[in-house]
Formats: sequence, C-alpha cells, structure tokens
Amino acid sequence: MKFSKILPIAVLVVLVIAIQLLTRATETTYYLTQLTMSAYYALVVIGLSVLMGYAGQISLGHAAFFAIGGYLSAALTTHNLVALQDNPLVQQLGSLGILVYGQDMYGEQLLTVAPWPACLFAVLVVALIAVILGVPVLKLKGHYLAMATLGFGIIIFRIALATEYFGEADGISEVPGFVLLPAFAGLPALTVSGDFGHRAENYYIAWAMLIIGMVLLLNLIDSRVGRALRSIHGSEEAAEAIGVNTARLKLSVFVLSAVFAALAGVFLTHYNGGIGPSEASVMKSVRYVALVAVGGMANLWGVLIMGVTLTFLSLRGVFGSYDDAVFGGILILVMLFAPDGILSIRGKALFARLKKNNNA
Amino acid sequence: MLELNGVHKRFGGLHAVDDVSFTVQPGTIKAVIGPNGAGKTTLFNLIAGNLPLSSGSIHFRGREIQGWKPHQTAALGMSRTFQNIKLFHAMTALETVMVGRHIRSRAGFVAGMLHLPRTWKEEREIRTRSMELLELLEIAEYADTEATSLAFGQQRAVELARALATEPKLLLLDEPAAGLNIYETAEVARLITRIRDMGITVLLVEHDMSLVMDISDEIVVLSFGCKIAEGEPLAIQQNPEVIKIYLGEEEAA
Repeated sequence: MKFSKILPIAVLVVLVIAIQLLTRATETTYYLTQLTMSAYYALVVIGLSVLMGYAGQISLGHAAFFAIGGYLSAALTTHNLVALQDNPLVQQLGSLGILVYGQDMYGEQLLTVAPWPACLFAVLVVALIAVILGVPVLKLKGHYLAMATLGFGIIIFRIALATEYFGEADGISEVPGFVLLPAFAGLPALTVSGDFGHRAENYYIAWAMLIIGMVLLLNLIDSRVGRALRSIHGSEEAAEAIGVNTARLKLSVFVLSAVFAALAGVFLTHYNGGIGPSEASVMKSVRYVALVAVGGMANLWGVLIMGVTLTFLSLRGVFGSYDDAVFGGILILVMLFAPDGILSIRGKALFARLKKNNNA
Repeated sequence: MLELNGVHKRFGGLHAVDDVSFTVQPGTIKAVIGPNGAGKTTLFNLIAGNLPLSSGSIHFRGREIQGWKPHQTAALGMSRTFQNIKLFHAMTALETVMVGRHIRSRAGFVAGMLHLPRTWKEEREIRTRSMELLELLEIAEYADTEATSLAFGQQRAVELARALATEPKLLLLDEPAAGLNIYETAEVARLITRIRDMGITVLLVEHDMSLVMDISDEIVVLSFGCKIAEGEPLAIQQNPEVIKIYLGEEEAA
C-alpha cells in the first residue's frame, strides 16, 4: 500500500483510540454506545458508496439488506426449538454443533441456533437474495433501478412488519450477544454484546470492522476491478466495448455492498440485543443514500466521515423528532448545492454556484 | 478476419442495412463510406454486437459472433472507438487506458481488495503498457489529467489508446476524423497507417474523403443501406454510380 493511503488510516486508528481514552478520562463512556452504532451504520454507507459513487448504480433498498441480515440472525438465535428437538433435521443440526441449549429469563429451557452459524447463514442469505434481485434489476438504469430497488425495500419492510416469526411491529428482542473470538493465547475473548461491561470492547470491534472494510474498499477501487467499476459509471457502452463484462461486475459490486450492509445489520442487532421493523423502512434506505451523497458519492473518506458524524448526531437525538426530515433536507441541499459532497465545498465556489443557478 | 454475409437490419419498416456482404482481409485498412443516413453507424453497431442482426451472419476470426455481447467480441480481439467520444468521467487519461488492459489481466475482487502481492506485478505491467500507448499517441504528458478535460483531439487519442490497450486484432474506428481540423486529420491518417503496420486490421467509417482515399486499401460504399460499390480507392473514385450518389451529391451542395 502506498504511504498516502496508509496515513489517513493510521490517523483514524489513533483517533479511535484517543476518543476511547478521552471518554474514559472524562467519564463520558456513554458516548461509546452511539459511536459503536455509528461505525456499523457507516459500514453500510461505505459499501453503498462503492456501488453508487464508483460503479454508478443506485440502490434505495439497502436498509432491506441490513434488516434481512439482522432479522435472520436475531430470529435464529432467539426462536426456541425445544418443541422440535425430536425432529430429525433439528437433531442433525444439533449433532453438527450448530444448536445451543440455554435458558431464558424465566428459567425455561431454550434450544436455539448458535450465533456464529446464525450470522454466517444470515449473511449468505443476503448475498443470495442480492444475486436473485440483482440479475434482473441491474439491467435497469437510473430512475428505473432506483424504483425497482425501492420496491424491493418496501416488500421487505412489509414482510418484517407483518410476519409473526419476525415479531411483527415489535421486532425481535433478547437477541443474545456472541463470542466473536474465544480467549486465545492470553488475549481475552471478544464478545459482541451491549452489556455495559463490554462497552469499550464493542466500540473497538465495531471500529475495527469499519476500518478493515474501509481498507478493503480503498484497495478495491484502486485495482483492476475498481477501474472497471468506475469505467461502467463513465460509459457502460465504452466499458463493454473494450471487454469489461459490465453485467457481471455490476452484480458483483451489488452483492458486495449488500454483504457489507448485512454484516452491519447482524453485528448491530447482536450489539443492541434486538431489531425492529424501522431498520427495514424506506426512510432508512433514503438516509443511507443521503449519507453517501453528502459524503461526495465517489469519495470513500468523505462518506465515512459524514456517515459517522451525521449518524452520531442523529443517535444522540440532536435532530429530535425531525430526524428523518433532516436527512431528507440534507439530500435536497446536497443535490442542489454540493453534488460532490459537503466536504468539497469551498465558500467561493458555493456562491458561484448560487449565482449561476439564479442566472439560469 | 471479418466476414459479413447478407447482413440485414430492419427498424420497423426501415431497412437500415440491406443485404450487405463484404470481407476484411487481415492486415488491411478498409473503409465504409456513404452519405448521411446510409447505415454506416448501424452497420458498425451490428459488427460490434451493440445491435442484433435481423438476418445474415457475421464471422470474426472464423467464429460466428451473432448474439455475442460486445465484451465477448472484445475478448476475441475486436475493439472500437466511438463517433461521439465516450470517455470515463473522473478518470485520468492513464487510468482510462488502463481499463483497456482489463481483458488482458486477471486480478479479481478478492485479490483487488487484499492487494495481494501477485497482483503487484500485473498492476505494474498494466501501467507500463498503458504508458507506452500514451507515448505512442504522443499524449504521455497528459497521463495524470482527467481525460474528459483534455482538448478534443487529445480525447480522441485517449480513446484510441484505450482501444489499442486491449491488443485488438481488428480495430473499428467510427469517424476518427470527425471534428478534427485538416492538420489533425493528417495526423490521424498517419496514425492509422502506423496501427495497420503494427499488424492490426482496421475497419473505419468516415465522412472525410481525403482521409479515406489516402489510407484505405479497400473501400465499401453504402447508400440507403445497400452496398453499391466495393474496391480500391482509385476504382471507387471513378465508379459512375458512386460519383452520382455520393460525390455528385457533394458537388450539388
């Protein structure tokens, strides 16, 4: 990796550690909770940035991928299979070590899918759904693609809201935390969980995920495949004419960004201990698109910074009950005044643009 | 190299290309000319795989390419430029040409995300080859300039470099001199001859008669979708039918 690429990553790592130490010193560790959640949401947004900003394919259905991941993992790890334990399939799964026994808060015996296989299954299902959805809809362009993915998002939202298995309007709660890495060679175990005792640990897990995701995507856009993705954005016809298999690449990047969303959904659900239908709502998808836009579309760092900042403010309740309205407003303002993202704005340029728009 | 047999394309009731047959011999420059609306660009899109044939067949390097996607014919060694230049927004001239190396390199998603050591050599090779092409086309000094912000003639050169980067056997040039002045056109002529001398077969569609007459080994004349003449430049210039339909029209104007 080039130095110019490593430097910002190193700065981010230092910043992440500094913030944790600062919150400990000032006894404001409660901030870590929102910072953890912001990191997971930012993971969705940087994945979407590669799809939208670099490959030029819009998706208004990414909240659905996030929600499918979270919901599946939540449902599998909470639904009691004790009544089915004589079923041969359940027994087979048990013998493979995929099921675990536990107890609920009333002392009843529980038999559920273990978190690790559940998470893996959830992410794989999302990847599969992304393929099945992507093959037909990625033939569409622009508004038509936006509408098709929007339709998908609405369907998933209604399914989450109406299915008993997924807890209808209440969603799923009491989702267990899970051991990401067992204790090994003197290092403590890493557990994804919202318990107060795990606060700092989860802050680091979330940010490690985000930073690793960031490094992977930064590498990707600066590679053979990344150049091809950007060429599709520039001119699909020309890209195809020089041998880029545009249909397959679009599908691959769609699946990749869906997997990023699913991972975020899975981890955040186990961290929060539950998930509700609002995570699948269309407004959430619009919010992700707004965050990609405000960060500058094809600017991974801009998208990460704006994604974390605005999500953090939103989670802190700064926008009050106008939360969704704020993100809608951001989308309009960015499109009008800063199509290259907030961070690209220079005062003068803004005025020049305003003047030009007035003249037009 | 390329063989068209009774190629036919209908748009509703319009016969845009009507029963056109000709072959392009390896190592030659062949030009397709004709007045506006003669079906030249349609013919090009049929060959490049951007449009399906209504009937007839096209063989490229001995393979029937009917129904192939453009990226598949590109992999077999066909590359093209566009009449209205199609460059990639937000990519430098060098990066644009590097995309042309796509089918001649292999690194996939995972290798790209991890920047695996085995991709380094390939990346270096892609970069050097692309840089060589920019030098060949005398635009190496603009390597790090955004391609879409270059002057028109330079943009054409970037497009040509990108097409050459795919190591084509057959290069399709759609009006390579469109929008160029007389000096730039002469430059393009020199360049196309040089490309032919590199062993690349060239098929071009062109309005500019001086360019076509100077460099072509053979010319096909289209009018209203039909082939009305085919032969060497001199023979075409003297063909009464061609003079009537094509050159005569220019005189009248």
